[in-house]
Amino acid sequence: MLKHWWKILTIALLIFTLIGGLLFDVPRLAILNETIRALHFHVTMWFAMILLLLVAAIYSIKYLKSGNIKHDDIAVEFTNTALVMGMLGIFTGMIWAKFTWGDYWNGDPKQNASAIGILMYFAYIILRNSLEDRQQRARIGAVYNIFAFAALIPLLFVLPRLTDSLHPGNGGNPGFNAYDLDSKLRLVFYPAIIGWTLLGVWMSTLKIRLRVVQRKVEDRKFA
Amino acid sequence: MLIKEVTALFKKELILEWRQKYALNGILLYVVSTVFISYLSFKSIDEITWNALYWIIMLFSAVNAVAKSFIQESSGRQLYYYTLASPEAIILSKMLYNTLLMLVLATLGYTVYSLVLGNPVGDQGLFIVNMLLGAVGFSACLTMVSAIASKAGNNATLMAILSFPVIIPILLMVIRVSKNAMDGIDRDLSMDKLLTLIAINAIVSVVSFMLFPYLWRS
Repeated sequence: MLKHWWKILTIALLIFTLIGGLLFDVPRLAILNETIRALHFHVTMWFAMILLLLVAAIYSIKYLKSGNIKHDDIAVEFTNTALVMGMLGIFTGMIWAKFTWGDYWNGDPKQNASAIGILMYFAYIILRNSLEDRQQRARIGAVYNIFAFAALIPLLFVLPRLTDSLHPGNGGNPGFNAYDLDSKLRLVFYPAIIGWTLLGVWMSTLKIRLRVVQRKVEDRKFA
Repeated sequence: MLIKEVTALFKKELILEWRQKYALNGILLYVVSTVFISYLSFKSIDEITWNALYWIIMLFSAVNAVAKSFIQESSGRQLYYYTLASPEAIILSKMLYNTLLMLVLATLGYTVYSLVLGNPVGDQGLFIVNMLLGAVGFSACLTMVSAIASKAGNNATLMAILSFPVIIPILLMVIRVSKNAMDGIDRDLSMDKLLTLIAINAIVSVVSFMLFPYLWRS
């Protein structure tokens, strides 16, 4: 029971996010209105994705240093979960965009950049699957993972800032500063980030354990 | 020591290219043909399309030109280099060589492109500086990706899907600066974009430089 406290915390936080995110009072802002609730889902999922990708990149570096295949398991499964979070983040963002900007896809710089980021990590999955040898797959996968993460940072955090974005906080749109003043939003926002991230960690650990078991079964077959 | 190795390997690349002229000529012809196809398809184009089309042609030429940098040599010969030179020297020499190749391609492409589709560039100096930075960025990124792709059975699809998303930040910056150069606006206004481009180039180059030894060992 003590070992699982964080799983209980995850469930509690996510239930709180769902209830609080959908039912709590939100500030009235022009254009945004009720869609401001997307903050608790879309934005927080993206935070979770970036944190999970960071973990994956760190474990890729660790793998290159140690050659321990377990580090590779962690890197690949965290990337997979991050992709799920990223896809959900894009879809929730698209629904939000439909109601605030009028279209599912508006060619917003951040929207485009995130789509490219997702493509990059899909390429990572394909690269891994195209390699047969376990150690080689892990090594080359780790190299590309780090390379992709290094390219993702300017893509998500530098480039969109150079042009006007339709996103709140850019180009004269009401932004984060307006949210920050409102403690009611923060009350759900921060727990939601932690909740989604922990959910991602939980999903990843399950998949990592499955991977370890699969490898053991495979090794026994050939031993 | 590193500099000596890099110059020796760089010379080797040049000599190798000169001896197998068909590869070089092939890629030069590729650029000219692509430009000509674009010309025949578009006939006349507006400025924004001119700019985007030029860089897309450059992107595809670069992918094709750089893709061969790790396959043209047999694995036996690569093992021989492995015993002789440090991986850092190898990646640096390849990057330098590919930058040179990219510059040749970009210059040739620019000449033919201007000839058939007109040259609306207002600030030639900025355009050329931008071309140089673009060449460095493309070569750093694609050299690394072609090294990765060569380890993975080296198919062309893999080369494309691995490199396109990674190269997009560089491509976008290059296109923006190049648009500024076309409009001939004050250079001060392009400075922040140029600096960002240099920073992205630096990130990609340094990451490639640091990661390549791990790739080379396997």
